[in-house]
Amino acid sequence: MAFDYEKWLRPNKLPHIWCPGCGHGIVMKGLIRAMETLKLEKENTTIVSGIGCASRLPGYIDCCTLHTAHGRAAAFATGVKMAKPEMNVILVGGDGDGTAIGGNHFIHACRRNIDMTYIIMNNYIYGMTGGQFSPCTPTGHKASTTPYGNPDPGFDIAKLAIGAGATFVARGTAFHANQIDKLITEAIQHKGFSVVEILDDCPTTYGRRNKFKSVIEMMNRLKEVAVPVKAAEKMTAEQLQGKVLTGVLYKEEKAHYTDEYAKVIERAKAAK
Amino acid sequence: MSKKVAFLQGNEAAAQGALYAGCNFFGGYPITPSTEVAEVMSIELPKVGGKFIQMEDEIGAMAAILGASLAGSKVLTSTSGPGLSLKQELIGYGCIAEIPCVIYNVMRGGPSTGMPTGPSQSDVMCAKWGTHGDHPAICLTPASVQETYEEVIRAFNLSEKYRTPVMVMPDEIIAHMRERIVFPEPGEIEVVPRKAPTVPPEQYKPYDTSFGDVPPLASFGSGYKFHVTGLNKMQDGFPTTKAEVVQAEEERQVRKVDANVDDIVQFEEYELADAEVVVVAYGSTSRSARYAVNVAREQGIKAGMFRIKTFWPFPDKQIKALAAKVKGFVVPEMNLGMCALEIERNAQGKAPILGIFRVDGEPINPDQILEKIKEVK
Repeated sequence: MAFDYEKWLRPNKLPHIWCPGCGHGIVMKGLIRAMETLKLEKENTTIVSGIGCASRLPGYIDCCTLHTAHGRAAAFATGVKMAKPEMNVILVGGDGDGTAIGGNHFIHACRRNIDMTYIIMNNYIYGMTGGQFSPCTPTGHKASTTPYGNPDPGFDIAKLAIGAGATFVARGTAFHANQIDKLITEAIQHKGFSVVEILDDCPTTYGRRNKFKSVIEMMNRLKEVAVPVKAAEKMTAEQLQGKVLTGVLYKEEKAHYTDEYAKVIERAKAAK
Repeated sequence: MSKKVAFLQGNEAAAQGALYAGCNFFGGYPITPSTEVAEVMSIELPKVGGKFIQMEDEIGAMAAILGASLAGSKVLTSTSGPGLSLKQELIGYGCIAEIPCVIYNVMRGGPSTGMPTGPSQSDVMCAKWGTHGDHPAICLTPASVQETYEEVIRAFNLSEKYRTPVMVMPDEIIAHMRERIVFPEPGEIEVVPRKAPTVPPEQYKPYDTSFGDVPPLASFGSGYKFHVTGLNKMQDGFPTTKAEVVQAEEERQVRKVDANVDDIVQFEEYELADAEVVVVAYGSTSRSARYAVNVAREQGIKAGMFRIKTFWPFPDKQIKALAAKVKGFVVPEMNLGMCALEIERNAQGKAPILGIFRVDGEPINPDQILEKIKEVK
C-alpha cells in the first residue's frame, strides 16, 4: 500500500510554494515518514521554523506549527521546549536562516544540548529573496550579490554543530531520499540537540547562476559528492577530495537541558 | 492579620509582582539596570516549578518567552534601552501573532549604550513606535516600588486580557530605589487568566473573531493543533495577502487597545480640582513634581499634577479636557521632550507647554519644577 502522506498534511494549504526541482518537498516527505515511524502524536509535536523557503514547511504539516521570524526558530523552540519538556520539538529551516541571522541561537541550542531536532535544508543560497549568497555558498560561486564570484569561505554546518556541542549530527542529501527519514528518525529518538543537515538544491536561484543545466545535473552532483561515513573510512585523503560525508557523523549520550533544569527545580524546592 | 511588609528595590518588587500574577516562565539576558529582575526570577521560579532561562541574547530572550507563552506559560522578560531596541523585532511578532507577554524595561540613558547606570525616561516613544508596522501598544510607567509591584500584575492582566505584549517601564531611579512595600494577600488583587477556547480542537481557529476582538488562545500541547506566523494572517492563523483580510486584521489588532482605552488608561489627579498650572509627570519625575506642587500651593499658586500611570495608550481625553481649562502645563521629563509632544498634540494650542528636559543622568529636582510653575502666566 502506498504510504499515506496526506494524514500528516494540511491538504487545503497545498500546493506548496516550492519551485519545480526544489528538494524541500523531498525533505518534508522524509520528515513525515520519520514522524509516522515514531508514531508521534500530532497534538504533542511542535514544528518550528524561521523565514525562507524551507521555513514554509510547518504550514503544510498538521501539527502544532510555529513560523517565527528570520533566524529565530531555535530561540522560540527553546521557549516551547522549556515550557513543555514532554513536547516533541522539531525545527526546520534553511542555511541562511539557521547559520547567518540565526547563527547565535543555533550554536547556543547546540551548547545547551536541549532535546530538539533541527533539520537544516542547505541549498547554499537565500532562495526566497532571489539568490543572494549565504554563509554556505561555496567560495567562487555566483549569487545575485556575488556577481564576480563569492569571496567568502563557507560554513560546514555539521562541523559547526559538533563544535558547538550538539550531541547528534547527521548529514544526508535530497538525492538520497530514502536515507532522510532514517536520519531524522534517529535524530528525533536521540535525547539531546540533534542536527540533520540535508544538502539540497535550488535550481531557480543557485543552479542557473552556477552553470547547472538541469535539476537532474544538480541531483547528480549531490549523488557524486556524497560519501557514506563507513565508505569514507576505507578511502584515502586524495579520494575524499571534494567529497562530503553523509550518514550519522557524530553521536554522544550526554545530559540534556530540560532534564538538567528539572534537577534545578528539585534543588530549588529542597532549598526552600 | 497584618500584611507582609518588606523593604525592596523596584526591580525586586517587579519580580515579586510577576510571581503574584502567576508568571511561570522568564527568559532574559543580563543588562544594567534591570538585571536584578532576572536574578530574583532565577531564585524564585524553580521553587514553584517555573522555568528561568538566560538566553544567548536579547532577541533570543524575547523569542523564548513568546514560544513559552504559546505553550501556555505566563511569561516575562526584563531589559533596558539597548536590549529594548533588539527586542523590537519580536515585540512586533508578539503584536501580530497576538501572544501575551510582559516586557519590563528599565529606562537608562541612551541612545545606544548611553549611560547604563543613569536614569532616563527616553524609551517611552520606543514603547509605541519601536517596532515597525501598525500595532497596539500598552506601556505602564510606575512611580514607586509599591506601584511597580502592582503595575507588573496589571501588565500581566492586560496582556492576557487583550492578547498582546505589554511593557512596564520604570526609570532607573524607580527600579533601583528601595522603599517599604506591603504585599497583597493572595486573591486580593485580581489575576486575569487567559481566555481559553470553548470549541473542540477541530473547530478551533486562533484568530476567530466570532468571539470578539480578542479571540481565545489555545496552547501548544493542550490538544489543539494550530498555526502561528508573523505574516499577515487569516482567522485560521495561516498567511494571506488578501487586501480586505489584512486590512481588517490590522485594524482589529489596534482596536483591541484603542476601543478599550478607558479600561487600560490609569492616572492620578493630584490637587487638580482648582489647578491653573498643571504639571504632567510620570515615573520618578512625578515625585519631584508632587513636592513642587505642594510648595507652590504653600506659596499661593494654584498648581496641581496629572500623573501618568499608563503612558500608552496616552491619556488623550484627560489632557484635552485639562488643556481647555488651565493656564499652562509644565512637563518635566528625563528626555528631550517626548511626553511634551504628546501633550502638545492634545492641547492643540489651547494651553502653553513649558518643558524641563534633562538627559544628563541627573534627576529633575523640585526647585526646577517650581521655577517653571512660576513662569506660567
